[in-house]
Amino acid sequence: MATSAAKLLPKEEYILPGTRSCAACGLMLTYRHALKALNPGKTIVAVPASCMTVLHGVYPVTPVKTICINNPFGATGAAASGIAAGLKALGHDDYTVLAFAGDGGTYDIGIQALSGALERGTNFLYICYDNEGYMNTGTQRSSASPAGAITSTTPVLSKLQHKKNMIGIIEAHRIPYIATASPSFPLDLFDKVKTARDTLGSRYMEIHAPCPPGWGFPNKDLIKMGKLAVDSGIHVLFEIKEGFFQLTSRSLNLAEKGKRKPVADYVKGQTRFKKINQQQVEALQDFVDKRWNEFLERHQKNS
Amino acid sequence: MKKEKSSNVIIKAVSKPFKGEAGKTGDWRSQTPVIDQEKCSQKESCLLCWMYCPDGVISREFPLEIDLEFCKGCGICAQECPRKAITMIDGREAPVE
Repeated sequence: MATSAAKLLPKEEYILPGTRSCAACGLMLTYRHALKALNPGKTIVAVPASCMTVLHGVYPVTPVKTICINNPFGATGAAASGIAAGLKALGHDDYTVLAFAGDGGTYDIGIQALSGALERGTNFLYICYDNEGYMNTGTQRSSASPAGAITSTTPVLSKLQHKKNMIGIIEAHRIPYIATASPSFPLDLFDKVKTARDTLGSRYMEIHAPCPPGWGFPNKDLIKMGKLAVDSGIHVLFEIKEGFFQLTSRSLNLAEKGKRKPVADYVKGQTRFKKINQQQVEALQDFVDKRWNEFLERHQKNS
Repeated sequence: MKKEKSSNVIIKAVSKPFKGEAGKTGDWRSQTPVIDQEKCSQKESCLLCWMYCPDGVISREFPLEIDLEFCKGCGICAQECPRKAITMIDGREAPVE
């Protein structure tokens, strides 16, 4: 049963106020609701060097009420595998191992450890919060950054390549649960993390986390920007359970009503796209349309 | 001082949960949210500000209260409130009534 209203979300907060994350952090909102869906007393989080490490604070204090292990940038999948193996050896099968990495630690640097963990069928949940760049170190380009975006390593021509198809790579491992979510739709996010928690085996979730300072939009527009990303098809909300693909939440509504917003609407609100030209916008629209149509086709085949 | 046996020493490089890990983050604020309790629906069926607050500083119980000690002043609550019951005013302090 899907969670339908904010009042049904758990009351307890697992992140104490006064964290180091920026104001209006998309990751913070993601993590807040993800922890509500898990049982933080029975969760062990593996975190690579990223905004998440910053959020988790400086020794000897942390704002997060869950067990967390900091690991090297490329080792999230490996660290989570080790934790899962340790728990199994000790007979603690009621724990959830959660790996929480950014797009840099997933798409680029952490991909081999992640692929290894998925191939071994490690019993863990991997959440990638995708803020489309190395935001913690100063908005460098990652393979998740969209084409046309200015980053500190692509300052002149802007990024020329489209976003990597990470879901395709993950799917090739044939794991039981894959989902995408957005903090602008916290109820959907909450439900998906809950489903992932109750699934056995390797689970992967990709959450689109808007980053106001990195993308260049006002703090107050965080939710709006996340919704616009979904409305324009830049980010598509879906679930793949045992290979069974289904669109969910707002993306499902869009598929039924067919009123997707143009990518140009999404692009104009962000200063990282200030150098984008008409041709690049069209290319981005084309890329988004193609991907959307692929998803739509798969969805219709299954419904 | 008697030296402890090395096998008895437990290295405790473990962080403990603490409110205000980064200090009083309310200091970061340049705009302050103010709730108009009359405009607020005061109904559990809404709670959008509570749900969308990244830092979780808005209370879950009515009348809603914002923890100004830690509110970073991002303005999401004011933007997302369907009844426009929250306004952002310039400055770090809420006006004294």
